[in-house]
Amino acid sequence: MGENVENLPEIRQFKEWFEKRHEYAKKWKEKTGGKVVGYYCTYVPEEILYAAGILPVRILGSHEPESITRPYLHDMYCPFCHDTLAQGLQGRYNYLDGVTIAQSCLHMRQSYFSFADRVENIEWSYYLPFPHGVNNPYAADYAKHEFEKFKAAVEEWTGTTISDKDLEEAIQVYNKNRELMMKVFEFRKAEDPKITGLHAMYMVVSSQVVDKAEHNEVLESLVEKLPETESDREVGTRFMLIGSEDYDEELFKLIEYGMNYPATFVFEENCTGSRYFWGTVEDADDKLMALAKRYVYRVPCPAKDWARGDFFGRRRFQFIEKVIREWNVEAVIIAQMKFCDPHELDIPSLRDMLDKMGVPHLHLELDLTQPVGQFRTRVEALIESMGEEDLYI
Amino acid sequence: MTEVKVRPFECWDDFKKYRMEYYKNYLEAKEKGGIRWAGSAWAFDPVPAGLGEDVYPLTGEPYGATCAFFRDFSYRALEAIERKGVARDLCGYMRNYWGSIVLDKYLLADGTEVEPFPKPDFNFTIHICCTHAKWYHYAAELEGGVPTYAVDISVGPGYLLDDKKIEYVVRQLEDAIQWMEKVTGREYDDELLIKAVENEAKSMTLWAKICKLNQATPAPMEEKSMFSFYVLTLLKRSDEKVVKLYEKLYKEVESRVKRGIGALTYEQFRFVTDNPPPWPFLKVYRYLEQTYGAVSVGSIYTFGLGGAWKCMDEKGEKWVWEPAPTPEEVGYEIHDRRSALWWTAMFNLKYRASWQHEYSHRIRKLETYQMIKDWKVDAIIMHLNRGCELWNMSTLEVRDYLVKQGVPVATYEGNMADPREFDEARTFNVIDSFMQSLGVEKLA
Repeated sequence: MGENVENLPEIRQFKEWFEKRHEYAKKWKEKTGGKVVGYYCTYVPEEILYAAGILPVRILGSHEPESITRPYLHDMYCPFCHDTLAQGLQGRYNYLDGVTIAQSCLHMRQSYFSFADRVENIEWSYYLPFPHGVNNPYAADYAKHEFEKFKAAVEEWTGTTISDKDLEEAIQVYNKNRELMMKVFEFRKAEDPKITGLHAMYMVVSSQVVDKAEHNEVLESLVEKLPETESDREVGTRFMLIGSEDYDEELFKLIEYGMNYPATFVFEENCTGSRYFWGTVEDADDKLMALAKRYVYRVPCPAKDWARGDFFGRRRFQFIEKVIREWNVEAVIIAQMKFCDPHELDIPSLRDMLDKMGVPHLHLELDLTQPVGQFRTRVEALIESMGEEDLYI
Repeated sequence: MTEVKVRPFECWDDFKKYRMEYYKNYLEAKEKGGIRWAGSAWAFDPVPAGLGEDVYPLTGEPYGATCAFFRDFSYRALEAIERKGVARDLCGYMRNYWGSIVLDKYLLADGTEVEPFPKPDFNFTIHICCTHAKWYHYAAELEGGVPTYAVDISVGPGYLLDDKKIEYVVRQLEDAIQWMEKVTGREYDDELLIKAVENEAKSMTLWAKICKLNQATPAPMEEKSMFSFYVLTLLKRSDEKVVKLYEKLYKEVESRVKRGIGALTYEQFRFVTDNPPPWPFLKVYRYLEQTYGAVSVGSIYTFGLGGAWKCMDEKGEKWVWEPAPTPEEVGYEIHDRRSALWWTAMFNLKYRASWQHEYSHRIRKLETYQMIKDWKVDAIIMHLNRGCELWNMSTLEVRDYLVKQGVPVATYEGNMADPREFDEARTFNVIDSFMQSLGVEKLA
């Protein structure tokens, strides 16, 4: 009998980092004397910050009701951008020295600027105009140009010089993190996927808020142990999660641990899941170009995934299709942050694609807090509908 | 209160006629052997012009506004697209456009419905907010596959523009031309492109010069009429006919200023607005005019959407509401494809006012405040527009800033293109309360 995955210290460590992310960053700062920079979108080339000795941490919300952002952000802006700004206004990010964003959706852009201007401890902010047209051949060249300016701004602020060697080392640390997390995701192809979506969420989101080198040590240990572990829970329906950033424990706990039917997420296609780490930086002499290519050619956010010329598809959809087949996905939950335009713009076509593939799917709209009871009913109904033939046997 | 002389615009019918013919030309393009293309009003419209003199665009935002204006059609279009699973909080213009495709009905400028919806030969657009490229991507799917090309222009505000950013856009436009030749089977004419680029610059700077004339008191134009004028910068600004119309309008407005002809008989209150208006409820403007003698002299929307302005100064510290220079004025010679594409890319990225504040509320605060000072207005009435997340970005931060500067601000919630999301009675109540709080009395 292998060890129960729920008891693995590595999983517990990820959970602790996730839950105590602010404490971690404060301690890191005390220990190293370094600067901490919050980032608003996963298109930020964290390696450049890391190479300068900075700890990049993703700015996340708390899923608590709030009303303090209403004077600055319109109600129709997504709950994530409200929630993240609220954290800043409430002083929960009082350890940040700087904040940055790589150009993404409008909601986060507004939230970023309000955060940069209104959170008192922010001494440095940088808006990085990352290309939207990641499907055009000139995007990487342009992204490199913007990365050069970003690097220069970081150097000026910190008074350091980021050498190619520094960048190379940072890339190695980040690549290792990506490779290890991809390995963990590979285990989820198996009949017994080893970890749940909740575990995966703890793993990925904790990687966004702690020092990657430290995260790598725990990941390595997890990768070693996973083949020998087992779970005492039934796998049930194999779900794929597609959509907006989703780090709400409630949702994972409900679907994987709290329903009348067993179910397990075997893959998360979102920026708190695979979209964050899928794809490494290739080895090349021109480090910034290599970085630019990784970020431009990664699995795109829907904000950046659209047709160009003779290419009519969406790169993200191609990735989703591949995952569904290789991970033996039985059903999809599309979890979309309320008011998230980029996702809303893709969902009708995504549903069409899933219909054509014969993959059952359910669209849930995420808010600051989740209507758990309603979600339970809907997800259970989906599972029941998938097994309806059994009713007549 | 001084009574002001008021006259109808002499060129009013010319503008109306152009708009009517524009939608009709698109509809009938194939009968004439011409080409149809569809895309954002912000697309680089001089570029398809190089395909010939029989190339007819349909720009989506003005078309969506037209649909919204005709409420009965809009209800049907919006509900048709919602039945396809499209979210209600997406761009109002886009939902009307998509709904029109799903209904397979096309609307002319006077509200006449025609079947079927005319399918474009290709879509050509830009992408700056979250919507534009994806708008045409899905439209192409709804229409059963239309070749679609979107140019990424999200390179940051104009005052931070550099050669590499311009080059990024130019290279995409160069590719676009080759792509257009491929999808239409036509040979591209650089001379037509050069002329179109020159016309674009003229149209956009002329519109800016016309807007600047509205700094006069009494204001020669009110914003509701301006909606019928500004739109030509969004329909086909590279058309020589549009240049001629703006030249005519400029002369007329200049003459109105000289002769003291105003927009309202009694101008006792001047204000500006910010967002696209609620197109199905333009009566808001008439209510303000007729009840309070309150004239909207413009907005960052009407001025900035198709107008070319100097925008932020080089240091990024001040907004400058001065018309942008044309190629002639700066001695830039447009002599071939490359120089034409370079100019249109640079000109739009640097001087198109509405592209600047996309990037930060810091810019939009300065832009709005400078407009309030330069056009000598008493207040701003802001539309918290649920129909456009782009134009709605920054509105509350701008509101906060203006209040701190001592500018009276009123806000009302609505939707530029979804008549179901507008509370008429509440909006009029907001206006009455605002005017009362400022001590503005109703006209006798």
